[in-house]
Amino acid sequence: MSRAYRHNLNGSTLEAGAAQLDIRDVTLRFGGVRALDGVSFSVAQGDIHAIIGPNGAGKTSLLNCISGLYRPQVGEIILHSGKRGDRNLVRTKPGTIARLGVARTFQNIELFRHMTVLENIMLGRHTHMRHNLLTSFLYYGPAQRQEIRERELVEEVIDLLEIQSVRNKQVGALAYGFQKRVELGRALAMQPALLLLDEPMAGMNAEEKEDMARFVLDVNDLAGVTTVLIEHDMGVIMDISDRVSVLDFGRCIADGTPGEVGSDQAVRDAYLGQEAHA
Amino acid sequence: MNLGRKGSQEPIPFDDTTTFPKVLAELARRYGDRRIAVQEKRYGIWQSHTFAQLHARVRDFAHGLASLGVGPGQVVAVLGDNRPEWLISELAAQSLGACTVGIYPTSVGEEIVHVLTDGQVKVVVAEDQEQVDKIIELKDRLPGIETVIYYDTRGLEMYEVPYLLEFTAVEAKGREWGEAHPGWLDEQIAAGRADDVAVICTTSGTTGRPKLAMLSHANLSVMGRSLNEVDPVRAEDRYLSFLPLAWIGEQMISVAYVMPAGITISFAEEAATQRADLRELGPDMMFSPPRIWEDMLSSIMVRVGEAGWLKRKTFAWGQAVGDRYAEAKLKGEKPGLVTSVTHRVADVVALRPVREQLGLTRIRRCYTGGAPLGPDVFRFFHSIGVNLKQIYGQTEICGIAVMHSDDDIKFATVGKPCPGTEIKIADNGEIMLRSKAVFHGYYGNEAATAEAIDADGWLHTGDAGYLDEHGHLVVIDRAKDVMEMPDGTRFSPAFIENKLKFSPYIEEAVVFWQEGSSEITTIITIEPSTVGAWAEHRRIGYTTYTDLAGKPQVSELLAEEVARANEDLPESVRVRRFVLLHKQFDPDDDEITRTRKVRRRVINERYAAIIEALAEGASQVEIKSVVTYQDGTSVSRNITLPIVNMDGFVPKESGRRSLFGSHA
Repeated sequence: MSRAYRHNLNGSTLEAGAAQLDIRDVTLRFGGVRALDGVSFSVAQGDIHAIIGPNGAGKTSLLNCISGLYRPQVGEIILHSGKRGDRNLVRTKPGTIARLGVARTFQNIELFRHMTVLENIMLGRHTHMRHNLLTSFLYYGPAQRQEIRERELVEEVIDLLEIQSVRNKQVGALAYGFQKRVELGRALAMQPALLLLDEPMAGMNAEEKEDMARFVLDVNDLAGVTTVLIEHDMGVIMDISDRVSVLDFGRCIADGTPGEVGSDQAVRDAYLGQEAHA
Repeated sequence: MNLGRKGSQEPIPFDDTTTFPKVLAELARRYGDRRIAVQEKRYGIWQSHTFAQLHARVRDFAHGLASLGVGPGQVVAVLGDNRPEWLISELAAQSLGACTVGIYPTSVGEEIVHVLTDGQVKVVVAEDQEQVDKIIELKDRLPGIETVIYYDTRGLEMYEVPYLLEFTAVEAKGREWGEAHPGWLDEQIAAGRADDVAVICTTSGTTGRPKLAMLSHANLSVMGRSLNEVDPVRAEDRYLSFLPLAWIGEQMISVAYVMPAGITISFAEEAATQRADLRELGPDMMFSPPRIWEDMLSSIMVRVGEAGWLKRKTFAWGQAVGDRYAEAKLKGEKPGLVTSVTHRVADVVALRPVREQLGLTRIRRCYTGGAPLGPDVFRFFHSIGVNLKQIYGQTEICGIAVMHSDDDIKFATVGKPCPGTEIKIADNGEIMLRSKAVFHGYYGNEAATAEAIDADGWLHTGDAGYLDEHGHLVVIDRAKDVMEMPDGTRFSPAFIENKLKFSPYIEEAVVFWQEGSSEITTIITIEPSTVGAWAEHRRIGYTTYTDLAGKPQVSELLAEEVARANEDLPESVRVRRFVLLHKQFDPDDDEITRTRKVRRRVINERYAAIIEALAEGASQVEIKSVVTYQDGTSVSRNITLPIVNMDGFVPKESGRRSLFGSHA
């Protein structure tokens, strides 16, 4: 009768602190524009790893490279996923990458607006569903049992993100903050090894940001999921991340703990300094 | 398992050895696994405990508490929302001859220290990380606390605090301990007497620090039984427990009235899902303080206001028909054929859908208590076909002493005394009550006890009131709040405040008057949801509550509402001037209690400048607003609040405007 969660939302079997994602010398060009220029850093299991940088620095491009939407011309992105060995994500299809345990959210919410919160999050289980056309068509029997099993996990995600009150509401009718949480929930329902969050707090007021930061921390602390996030709010970054990489004009100009990065002169000039003058 | 199955309806035997653990044992014997005792919405479905399961968990936890050194006469504190574990903790403590004191889950700092210190508490059952963190933070000031037991483990796995224990671990330990001491617990339970203290409830504390009122098994059982005499419950009834179990009202209904009848107690999933859970369950009875009914009324008004004209008109018509029908019925007249048929139609097209939205379709009876409810709100619920009744009582008399019976409801009264309750009005107008439900005294505070109960066993309520010609009790107000006009008429501020609060746009109103003057002024806080919706319809942009309350259009709207309330008030007690406060009253600022009763003393002190400016008739008042954040930092700024003068204010629409119709 314990109230502890019964499902582990973390899809990675690596030890905390082990390298989970190695980005090696990644270069991405759009015609003559170098969106990414020899970017290298690695993400450790169990960290909240922030990527910061001015507009157009290549942050989202990097996330898109990891999730397979963009294909960098040079370099490799190695995912160490424990039992399944190491995989180079470059030239791997997005669907395969998702099955390898990389889940993401988008800068502009990409949910099915006319479906309920529950249905949207259930979609996150899609990669784990294993029934064929016949059993699905019959529904009763194996497909139903599976649906119930998956629903149990989804309900734990709903509980973790405190969206019980909107469980059966259409996503399109929800407030922005809720939609962001639903998107996070859908990614989390995949039981990801690596969670990519593209500006989870964009467009939020201070209170909503605090809430969202709390949930990002919960996902990391309670579920143990490694998180890579892009964020502009330096206050939030310094508070919640374990490690920060700074991009500027497609190059990684610093990589370290929030303290180290905050006192780095190059970073101050490129990013913090500018902001302070602005 | 079937919620609706008819079981043995024979009441549980009752004598001076009856305690709630014995009642539970009897229920477990009768119903075993055939009936659900408690269910809780979790992960989107109702998760249940049968009576046998509940009984087994209570025994395990009781053994566990015993192994932690809890014994007769001790107080175990419970800090959390309504969950099965709350009930288990309470019944387990009672099994050992100990009792529980509930702390409101929203309580912070001083309040928690006060209850735990005054109650000499050693063991605290706290719900989750949030509650546990509060205790850990206060631990330096709580040397008496030996063990903190939590049941929602989320986030607490990593804590390395020596005095923390998980609920299930205590149960497991208890099971072992029980095996080593067979028969021990049965002896403890058998030794329990009805006169033992069962629960300690904190008084609402509108006039000072909350006191800890001790209520025995007998107190609660007697009141539960007399309530059952007036309004018998059926075993297949449904009940949703969503108000804090720390409150006497919820203890009374859940533990003393509902549980002994073998009814399933249901707990809501989250505060935010209460409405949905209420609708899903469709309870047969409900007991809520006025705030819940006022909120429901506001939400209906907002929804109706936002609906299309056809729905608006239909509802306005249906509600008017329902109002006439209810009025005739309450007067004891038999409605004529035409009225009955029209009402039937109105019920189908307009009233039932509204009840359905509120989750009140199945409701047979519901009660309001804890604070006065405005007669207009009361009347509204009867007009939509909800059998709402008033209950009057204090924590000190188990919350219930005087109530309406089904066929004898009057909006302005609180009804007649329950069976076994005596009532008299003292010479100074104070209401005095006497029954077997009168409490045992305040924990560790004999002086206060002596003030509350006199030598003959009469409870001095501190409320002023009188009995009308039909023997119904009319409560005026707290005796010290009753005001006397220069012409000698006595008047209740609560009466005026309730007139104002009937407006869906007004959340709270506190009236003031100067000694020797007949000018009544008031501070009003707006209801953000309704005023917000109104502003949106009018395309008035706003950012925060302060911004919204400061809009001149909102002042004008509220002046209309005050003018309407004034029409119903005698000339001498009409509101002359008012201020819209820049913030809502907040229990964290001590301005209202956790059960949402206004603390007049605090407001008098904090807003002295406003009250003075109101009395002087100034046109505006500047005050310093200090906002304290939860991390202890605070910011202060100056705010100018305009004072709205009602003298010479002419409402745009004269006469009584229909509640629904022209709002949007």
